[in-house]
Amino acid sequence: MTVRKTKHEMPEQKPKDRIKNFKEVPYGYDEKTAIEEAKRCLQCKDRPCVIGCPVEIDIPGFIKHISEGDFDKAVEVLKTKTSLPAVCGRVCPYENQCEGECTLLKIGEPVAIGRLERFLADYEKNKGVKIPKKGKPTGKKVAVVGSGPAGLTCAGDLAKMGHAVTVFEALHAPAGVLMYGIPEFRLPKKIVEAEVDYIKKLGVDIKYDIVVGKTITVDELLHDYDAVFIGTGAGLPRWLNVPGENLDGVYSANEFLTRVNMMKAYKFPEYDTPIKIGKVVATFGAGNVAMDSARTALRLGAEKSYIIYRRSEKEMPARDEEIGHAKEEGVIFKLLTNPKRFIGDDKGLLTQVECIKMKLGEPDDSGRRRPIPIPNSEKKIDIETAIIAIGQSPNPLIPKTVKGLKIGKWGNIDTDEDGRTSIPGIFAGGDIATGAATVILAMGAGKRAARAIDKYVKSKK
Amino acid sequence: MYKIVEKKVLSETVKLMKIKALLVAKKAQAGQFIILRIDESGERIPLTIADYDRKQGTITIIFMEVGKTTKQLGTLNVGDSLLNFAGPLGAPSEIKNYGTVVCIGGGVGIAPLYPIVKALKEKGNYVISILGARNESLLMLEKEIKSFSDELYIATDDGSKGQKGFVSDVLQQLIDEKREIGMVMAIGPVIMMKVVSDLTRKYGIKTLVSLNPIMVDGTGMCGGCRVSVGGETKFACVDGPEFDGHLVDFDNLMLRNRRFICEEEESCKLAGV
Ligand SMILES: Cc1cc2nc3c(=O)[nH]c(=O)nc-3n(C[C@H](O)[C@H](O)[C@H](O)COP(=O)(O)OP(=O)(O)OC[C@H]3O[C@@H](n4cnc5c(N)ncnc54)[C@H](O)[C@@H]3O)c2cc1C
Ligand SMILES: Cc1cc2nc3c(=O)[nH]c(=O)nc-3n(C[C@H](O)[C@H](O)[C@H](O)COP(=O)(O)OP(=O)(O)OC[C@H]3O[C@@H](n4cnc5c(N)ncnc54)[C@H](O)[C@@H]3O)c2cc1C
Ligand code: SF4
Ligand code: SF4
Ligand code: FES
Repeated sequence: MTVRKTKHEMPEQKPKDRIKNFKEVPYGYDEKTAIEEAKRCLQCKDRPCVIGCPVEIDIPGFIKHISEGDFDKAVEVLKTKTSLPAVCGRVCPYENQCEGECTLLKIGEPVAIGRLERFLADYEKNKGVKIPKKGKPTGKKVAVVGSGPAGLTCAGDLAKMGHAVTVFEALHAPAGVLMYGIPEFRLPKKIVEAEVDYIKKLGVDIKYDIVVGKTITVDELLHDYDAVFIGTGAGLPRWLNVPGENLDGVYSANEFLTRVNMMKAYKFPEYDTPIKIGKVVATFGAGNVAMDSARTALRLGAEKSYIIYRRSEKEMPARDEEIGHAKEEGVIFKLLTNPKRFIGDDKGLLTQVECIKMKLGEPDDSGRRRPIPIPNSEKKIDIETAIIAIGQSPNPLIPKTVKGLKIGKWGNIDTDEDGRTSIPGIFAGGDIATGAATVILAMGAGKRAARAIDKYVKSKK
Repeated sequence: MYKIVEKKVLSETVKLMKIKALLVAKKAQAGQFIILRIDESGERIPLTIADYDRKQGTITIIFMEVGKTTKQLGTLNVGDSLLNFAGPLGAPSEIKNYGTVVCIGGGVGIAPLYPIVKALKEKGNYVISILGARNESLLMLEKEIKSFSDELYIATDDGSKGQKGFVSDVLQQLIDEKREIGMVMAIGPVIMMKVVSDLTRKYGIKTLVSLNPIMVDGTGMCGGCRVSVGGETKFACVDGPEFDGHLVDFDNLMLRNRRFICEEEESCKLAGV
């Protein structure tokens, strides 16, 4: 039997249609295609794909069940390791992880593991999600700070173990970046809400409007609860630090995306929060956040949406799929280009950005080739909106307000493999510990911390 | 949900509300603020904590109806509830004994000034308060502030109450009288804070201002509230809202606060407010 060399296509909205709406771009596999795709898997004995997955999902295991048409069993296998499969199946950078290790790469494309995961999650959703049995109540209480993927996963696992869990969230909505950052067209908020609902049905209580460090301190939580998990993410936007960055028209990607996603500015004035972008938008950076911003700008009606990035296409950190989608939709890539200053009119409105051309030199600390400016290559580009998407740092609010908590070089909370911090009873994980990373890594950290917390609270009198 | 337990109409466009918010009331300090959202489609807006009652678990807000959200808020009554109410946010005022302090409040800035006046008085300062407004009907909290002030001056643009002119004129007179001033606290329209800061800079008098940029989350995540202070970018919601008035780039703040004027007008028109 010969194996098909390419993944089965996943149908999706046409670029010219989708840039006019915020609906999800891909439609997902139907049952028949999922089974066909699952049959491509060789069921390798050494399971390289599993090694590539940060939470070690039994990939050949769930794929086998799909190929046999037993989706319920497949879901069961999948869910032993991930509590947010509908999310991971959509946003996981699988090309560098599970799929990046797949044996089939030797002859062509890997098994579409991500698409199969997404298929299963959607299958389960349509059928009605079964709530797993909870463990016997242990009488222990755990506080979780932040409801991003790290916090939600940790909370869900602890609840399953029988602990009473309360999540404290600063904003009025759950799920962190999944809600305020990643746009509707890539991760529908209904899906996120359903995942949160699942966690709530496990018995987790989520309290909103609680800015820990302000409304209540970690010390107070530690007094009232047997342990505290901190999953407050990497919410602090980084800036280019060039002149004119405070002009009217320059947004951080966080502000831009929060206005559009969480506050639903794309439905203004039905929703009260406004956004204004003009005709030409430039996004600085080339990661997932930048692609999300540039594609969102098109959907808000921008006639031109640029990605301005100082290195070349090869160094762009975004997922391949996002870069591909952005190109199809008409995002214009200005590579090897670095902003020097923003220029405004006499009213302080952004009108232009002056950029300089770059070339690549020797590799730097990150292993990527260092961009070097080419003298006298400055050029001005007319823009009305600038979105700065060059990265986020750990949110400093908690590190600053907990005395004695060991902080790392980048303002992150220092932890061991299992999320233990320098203070007994305080655990941390996700972007707050690692710096901006990925959903699946945050989930993995939440899972490991849940196990460590379980051990810790049981050992406590 | 956060219940409105008291409502007072202070003037045609200025209203006071007491909101039940136990956790916020437990921690609130002078100089801090809250962010509220009225309902599911609402905007998050910041308002200063004008007063708090730890026993009753209430926070007092005083707001001027300037746009869609504040106007809608003004139509709510005792018994109604707000969907979200997060706080206390921002750093509290630096309350210590400066000797003599001059507390200047302009317009709706008088409200956030009140708890600071109170706290400064309780720390043993000699408190001189200057309140300003366009006209008498826009003045508020005069009695309350007077009870914690050693001296109180009033300036109105049209002379309908107190001295005709600006709060900065009164401050200039105090300076001309060679009064020893340890610190000036100014809260009000950006232009007022700018004028006061320009004046005190000449005399080297320490001046604090409380800034009101446009905010979204209030947790330091979005950077929408950024202000330029001494050439550095600061986030007013976590680093402020109070800053050294001599270092603030007020012109940039004024310009950034006009960011959504057209959209806000549209929103009001559509809502019929
Ligand atoms: C636009 C964008 C696109 C992305 N795309 C991808 C992608 O395609 N694939 C991928 O794998 N990853 C992606 N990422 C990264 C990924 O979303 C993050 O790595 C992940 O969400 C981190 O999870 P977390 O739980 O650590 O933190 P977060 O998701 O940041 O959640 C932290 C939560 O804590 C809350 N919080 C913060 N401070 C406090 C406090 N003091 N008190 C109470 N609550 C607090 C926050 O409000 C938030 O809800 C993207 C990120 C962004 C911004
Ligand atoms: C820390 C802080 C404390 C404040 N305290 C008070 C107070 O005690 N009493 C009071 O009356 N006002 C206060 N304000 C201002 C108040 O937040 C705005 O008046 C309110 O957000 C306007 O909303 P709106 O929908 O009614 O008007 P809009 O129609 O949205 O706007 C009207 C005006 O308000 C400004 N504005 C709009 N949105 C915001 C926002 N999210 N944050 C700040 N300004 C905005 C606009 O630039 C515009 O000039 C404070 C602002 C800050 C930042
Ligand atoms: S969670 Fe991510 S890495 Fe793991 S199997 Fe799923 S898609 Fe692959
Ligand atoms: S490496 Fe690829 S082919 Fe082999 S088991 Fe994993 S998914 Fe299947
Ligand atoms: S309001 Fe978003 S960072 Fe201050």
